[in-house]
Amino acid sequence: MTICFNPQNKLRFENTLAKYEIKASALLPTLWLAQEQFEFLTPEVMDYVAQLLEMPPAHVYEAVTFYIMYKKRDMGKFCLQVCNNITCSMMGSEDLIRLIKKELHIGLNEVTEDKMFSLVPVQCLGSCDTAPVVQVNDDYCENLNPEKLRELIIKLRAGIVLEGPGIPCQ
Amino acid sequence: MPIDSDSISSSVILPDEKKIFFKHIRKENLHTLSGYESVGGYSSLKKAFAMPPDQIIDEVKKSALRGRGGAGFPTGSKWGFVPFDSGKPIYLLCNADESEPGTFKDRVILEKNPHSLIEGIIVSSFAVRCHKSYIYIRGEYVHAGKIVEKAIAEAYAKGYLGKNILGSGHDLEVVLHRGAGAYICGEETGLISSLEGKKGYPKLKPPFPAISGFLGCPTVVNNVETLCAVPWIIENGAEAYTQYGKGQSKGTKLFSISGWVKTPGTYEVEMGISLKAFIDECAGGMKNGAKLKAVIPGGSSTPPLTASEVDVACLDYESMLKFGTFLGSGGVIVVSEHQCLLKLLEHLAEFYWDESCGQCTPCREGTGWLYKMIKKIGRGEATSADLESLKKTAKSMMGTTICALSDAAAMPVLGFINKFPEEFQAHLDQKGCPMKQCGGSAH
Ligand SMILES: Cc1cc2nc3c(=O)[nH]c(=O)nc-3n(C[C@H](O)[C@H](O)[C@H](O)COP(=O)(O)O)c2cc1C
Ligand code: FES
Repeated sequence: MTICFNPQNKLRFENTLAKYEIKASALLPTLWLAQEQFEFLTPEVMDYVAQLLEMPPAHVYEAVTFYIMYKKRDMGKFCLQVCNNITCSMMGSEDLIRLIKKELHIGLNEVTEDKMFSLVPVQCLGSCDTAPVVQVNDDYCENLNPEKLRELIIKLRAGIVLEGPGIPCQ
Repeated sequence: MPIDSDSISSSVILPDEKKIFFKHIRKENLHTLSGYESVGGYSSLKKAFAMPPDQIIDEVKKSALRGRGGAGFPTGSKWGFVPFDSGKPIYLLCNADESEPGTFKDRVILEKNPHSLIEGIIVSSFAVRCHKSYIYIRGEYVHAGKIVEKAIAEAYAKGYLGKNILGSGHDLEVVLHRGAGAYICGEETGLISSLEGKKGYPKLKPPFPAISGFLGCPTVVNNVETLCAVPWIIENGAEAYTQYGKGQSKGTKLFSISGWVKTPGTYEVEMGISLKAFIDECAGGMKNGAKLKAVIPGGSSTPPLTASEVDVACLDYESMLKFGTFLGSGGVIVVSEHQCLLKLLEHLAEFYWDESCGQCTPCREGTGWLYKMIKKIGRGEATSADLESLKKTAKSMMGTTICALSDAAAMPVLGFINKFPEEFQAHLDQKGCPMKQCGGSAH
């Protein structure tokens, strides 16, 4: 299968390019677009981006490994990004990590066998006033504790849609 | 997120009508153009466009506004460095990377009052003769990013952005650029590298960005909060601004407070108020009657204050210097008696190790050494010689690298050792963590 943006994303890519003075500046937004369509960035996807932006593939690989939010492999349907920085750790983030490890039988940066969940420790999410915080894909789930997190996992597994961005659990 | 609960009336709590950033922050639809306009939004543009750009720069100089991103550099002076006759385009980059642990003040503006940032960018761009501006937002702020994107579109549709804004002859294009998870992209030259499509490697200064920045062109980098203060200064005058604050610390400032307090959140207060009163009155004091052990005053990179220092310290640049620390990004982290400081420092050291870009040896190697040595002390496997080499390593990381990430990692380590020596000694003496928090990490 040849890797290619769908027509809609092709258009979005063209619009993105038009915003920048040089093509290289569009690297991060193009990778975001690619991650949205292809879910994670395989060497083939990175080569495609390199070709689109007329840059050496190594330049794209370098960026993808430097910026941690780009996924190099399938991280499952729900990526549980647990903040373990100062405030969250004071407010109990290590208990959250322990719970995920125990309930989902995965270690750090691992994915469950059914490809539903992954556990990724992350740095301060800029939401320390609602610590501890877990970012589930794009959404912040705030003021968590092990019980609330367990409920959240059950809901996610049952396909219950979370209520929009920033889900205060308080 | 709780913002500015005004339920308690007291001296350090700023009344809404005196606020610069948060006057209308609780207004439901403030983030929309109509909501913002209904409280007088964008009204500074008319006055600004009628002024010669140099006069705006002068006014900002007179206001003594200092950068709110962490370094506290005078904003007007920075703008004054830009060569306006180089023939090259001039760029204004808004730093919305907000990744300093403990800091979440810009996020409130981005989510609740994005048009005030756009207004700030328009006035500032006019002053520095810039026609293209990027807002560099951290990748994790997906929700905030969507709100800002929408606000930009609304501003274009209404003619606040684009060609010949309000008939002034000033053109301005604003682009939201999303990062992808790298603390170092908050450092201004790292940000520029990232915007150029590269890894976020900081660049050697000089040349400073104001002379040669984005694509080798003159570039002004300012924090979100800094830019948001500009329209108020232009509308009300520098003199009105300097009525707030004291000494070299003028105006109001946003502080985000988190940790062991009753009502953590982001609060706008006048510069120079008592830190103790800020904690008690704005953040409701200590949670569950715990005793305060330490406060990190300005984000994770700033050395801590002891409880007795907290009693007398003030939230201004000079007062913090007196206690060997900084106001930094305004991220106040309150630590209770129940927290082992070595455990806390371990998380902090791990962060800098994780985020070092790896260009400079003292930082790349030093951050890892700090982390490992702190862990060793925490586990009770260290001797006083190890503590000495921890100090020595930290000292060797200061002033020896391209950017200040290395200093930012070393300063809190030295600060904790200096201010809380007994806690380190206890780990050495008892060959373990007295509070049983170190060692058994979930990692
Ligand atoms: C490691 C490091 C990280 C930084 N992160 C940020 C940041 O997230 N946001 C910010 O505004 N400034 C950050 N800064 C400061 C910027 O380099 C720069 O001084 C600032 O954006 C200038 O804007 P100001 O003068 O308005 O504060 C950081 C600096 C360093 C050394
Ligand atoms: S420390 Fe977790 S969000 Fe800041």
